Amino acid sequence: MQPDPVTSPASSGAIEHRRMRRGVVDLPAVRALVVRGLNELLRVPGAAIPGIVSPAIFLLGLTLVFGKATQIPGYGTQSFLAFVLPVALLQSAGFTGGATGVNLGRDIEQGWLDRLLLSPAGRGTILTGLVLSAALRVLIPLPALLIIAFAVGAPIPSFIGFVLTIVFVTAFAAVAATWSSVLALKFRSQQASPLMQSTILSSILFSASYAPLSLLQPWMKAIAEHNPVTLILEGMRQCYVGSITWEVTWHAFAALGGTGLVFVLLALRGFGRYER
Amino acid sequence: MIAPSLALGLRAIRLTLRRPQFLIPLFLMPSIFLAVNTGGLAATTRLPGFPPTTNFLSFQLPAAMVQSLMLSGLQAGIAVALEIESGFFDRLITAPVPRLAIVAGRLIAAAALGAIQVAFFVVGGLLFGAQIAGGILGVLLVIVLGSLAATAFAAIGMAIAFRARQASVVQGMFPFVFAVLYLSSAFFPRKLLSSPADSISALNPLSYIADGLRTPIAFGLHGAPIVEGFAVTFGVIAVASLLAVAGLRWRLADAA
Repeated sequence: MQPDPVTSPASSGAIEHRRMRRGVVDLPAVRALVVRGLNELLRVPGAAIPGIVSPAIFLLGLTLVFGKATQIPGYGTQSFLAFVLPVALLQSAGFTGGATGVNLGRDIEQGWLDRLLLSPAGRGTILTGLVLSAALRVLIPLPALLIIAFAVGAPIPSFIGFVLTIVFVTAFAAVAATWSSVLALKFRSQQASPLMQSTILSSILFSASYAPLSLLQPWMKAIAEHNPVTLILEGMRQCYVGSITWEVTWHAFAALGGTGLVFVLLALRGFGRYER
Repeated sequence: MIAPSLALGLRAIRLTLRRPQFLIPLFLMPSIFLAVNTGGLAATTRLPGFPPTTNFLSFQLPAAMVQSLMLSGLQAGIAVALEIESGFFDRLITAPVPRLAIVAGRLIAAAALGAIQVAFFVVGGLLFGAQIAGGILGVLLVIVLGSLAATAFAAIGMAIAFRARQASVVQGMFPFVFAVLYLSSAFFPRKLLSSPADSISALNPLSYIADGLRTPIAFGLHGAPIVEGFAVTFGVIAVASLLAVAGLRWRLADAA
């Protein structure tokens, strides 16, 4: 009897298969998944619109409505547009990352993920592909949103501010994509998409989004102080309001890294449960 | 005319209640924005020119109400578009049902749902510390005005749906709900809005509806804003209903 090429310990195919399953990332497979994710955007350009239109309306609308709030001492700037621009950028990254979970839910419903899991690509490879594609996809709405903001008077950041903006936005999109993948693997349906988008949006809004911590109501301040998005938001905000400091920057990176790590572990566990 | 309208209205209400998951956005999203606005921007009551109020939640409550009612109007439009897509509308027009009852039935359902939405925010607001300055009569006025506003927004949603015929197109109007909201005094006093929102909001009927809802809640039973709120709401109902009926006639001519 011939040994099974996948399950036999003597088989090099099986060894390779298990090596990948243990979490070693298969770069060509990651690249293929990233290209697939980007192709979706090229084939359906309208999919980029939610990442631009909603945050743009939010940015312009909030500035028109609450623009005079900066007359209250504590904002550190007279420009509410500058204060709220990082919120809109995170919102755009969140929507784009959340779309990854929606697409994964669709892939589960259509059986595509089942076929993908039959391939030698391991869970880590699949997750890396999904998350990286989200991080790259956000580079489409990001410039559009920045152009709109600069056109209506937002301050143009320094070179380091630009770089940090890109890094924070892509990293937040990746974190949001990981979180939405956790939910997609849990509920195994696109119908979980309102839950994905609303939890991401809430995490952004229940931070120091509209006002600095010192001006928030006590209950809101308590939530915002424990919300890691506040640190990420303040990391981005320093690019547009005040000056960039190492302390605020590394706090933002630590918050991104910490939440990202937790969500990655949850997503890998979700993949494990899905396979069982 | 009345019996078929009521029957179609009851059908629309039953369909809405059978799918409660579609009701969640009507309550959840405005509640989230209400909480965030109240928790984040209460200090703005210190701005010079802000109307004297000690309760920012009471001030913001009407913003959540109109947001919820507008989303409900959009959902009414989506429901009509889905009926057109699924072929139910074509079967309906072959039945011996007065044409106007198709519009009226949906508006009756919107009015009933609108009253529930407004009551939800009144009760929720009271639980979290809002005060209704106008007392019981103020609550009744707010529920009646909210119900009428829901009718107006549903008529707008229907007018769009009859023209668009596709639920996805009506769904695509979602960002415009927020654009209209931001260009009104729903969230903030008109004279404290930045230019050009301060000028545009004076022409935006939503400002008067929101102020009509806000006055009994935050300031008491002061006549002028409440009367203006009712007058503008009736005006929007009249214009939007005419547009909805025109859209229905256009749809019937297209189907013939």
